[in-house]
Amino acid sequence: MSKEDEKGMSLIVKVITRLTVGLILLYGIYIVLHGHVSPGGGFAGGVIIALSFVHLMLAYGKDVALKKLPKTAMSFFESMGAIMFLGIALLGFTGGYFFLNFISKGEPFRLFSAGIIPLCNIAISLKVGAGLFAIFVVLVLLKFEWEKKE
Amino acid sequence: MIIYLLCLILFCCGLYCILRKRNIIKIILGIIIAEYAVNLFFILVAYRMEGRSPILSSEVEIVNMVDPLPQALVLTAIVIGLATTALLVALAMRIYEKYKTFDITKIKELRG
Amino acid sequence: MIELYVLLIFMIIGAIIAIEMKDLLSSVIAVGAVGLGLSIVLLILKAPDVAITQLVVEILCLIILIRATLKKDLPFSTTGRWLLNALITISFIVIFLFIGARSFKDLPEFGYPIMRVAKIYLKEGLNKTGASNLVASVILDFRAYDTLGEATVLFTAVIGVLAIIRRIGRKKKNEVVEEDDE
Repeated sequence: MSKEDEKGMSLIVKVITRLTVGLILLYGIYIVLHGHVSPGGGFAGGVIIALSFVHLMLAYGKDVALKKLPKTAMSFFESMGAIMFLGIALLGFTGGYFFLNFISKGEPFRLFSAGIIPLCNIAISLKVGAGLFAIFVVLVLLKFEWEKKE
Repeated sequence: MIIYLLCLILFCCGLYCILRKRNIIKIILGIIIAEYAVNLFFILVAYRMEGRSPILSSEVEIVNMVDPLPQALVLTAIVIGLATTALLVALAMRIYEKYKTFDITKIKELRG
Repeated sequence: MIELYVLLIFMIIGAIIAIEMKDLLSSVIAVGAVGLGLSIVLLILKAPDVAITQLVVEILCLIILIRATLKKDLPFSTTGRWLLNALITISFIVIFLFIGARSFKDLPEFGYPIMRVAKIYLKEGLNKTGASNLVASVILDFRAYDTLGEATVLFTAVIGVLAIIRRIGRKKKNEVVEEDDE
């Protein structure tokens, strides 16, 4: 059972996954970028990005998924998301206080409006997506260790 | 007030599951149900009769909106709930590895 | 408002099914049904941001739970004093329900909230921040400290899971534990 698990699921699942996993990633990025004009935001978009990688791993086995997003890249993205968020917050000191909205506000209802809010959304989505995918990878690897021992 | 009572009954279902069940995975399911009930209670307090969702639009002027503050609080609470659940599941898997069972009455040793 | 009551009763029935089933996989799927009902209720209560987040988070939670509990058996054992245990638990829950129901008199009536702070956010939100989504402006501009705290909690949880699953245990005396490359 463990060899089959490593190879993934049946052929139908693999074909459908090849078609849809790019669309799921694109949808997640869309929800993150439009977080200030329509419902969604950084958290929901980050979870959807993590779900696209989880989908890849469930259908193809862990080797293919870990080749697309290796462990060093995962930890890099998560730390980079946290540092970006803190950096944007500290840059507010130039204007006056912590978390000041210092970029110009622009016109409402456009994509490039609302100051620091889109940048904060991108930072949070990187952090949430990479962190949740790391949790899933580690839990699945532990199960593989058990099945190898039995 | 009936609707607040129904929300409290959902929370008590989760509480019963935490207190009475012997399987660790069932206890984790009880914690998840209690979390759902608490998040629902926040959003119930924030509802306004004949209100609209708190998103402005460019064509129509919207005057009657529901409260956006509890929605912001619940948004972070949901993601934190997921992180807590993942941590509990990792602990449960480690316990299974050592004791070979999920039954809490058989996990009696204190030293590791 | 009738659909709100129907969905809440559906959620309670789903929760009772999840508690009483002996099969672990069926209980997890019943909790998934409760989460789906909650997402639809949130949509009826005019909170689309929260509904989207609740739906995708519940999907990920189900995947993690099913991956952890697949192919594990479910031993069911009862020791003595079962009746006393059940009576004490049920009486505690009934007392809790009564005291909770009495405290609902202080809440404002359902549908007429006191929005003392939120009135300012609703009026000034677009001018002060420039965002059309007022919930996003609240979590990322007016109350950004809470988002910083939440990012910290998520980071700590990820580090915690990685620390638990590592294969290096405690070193016993005179034993060399070899480190596995992870």
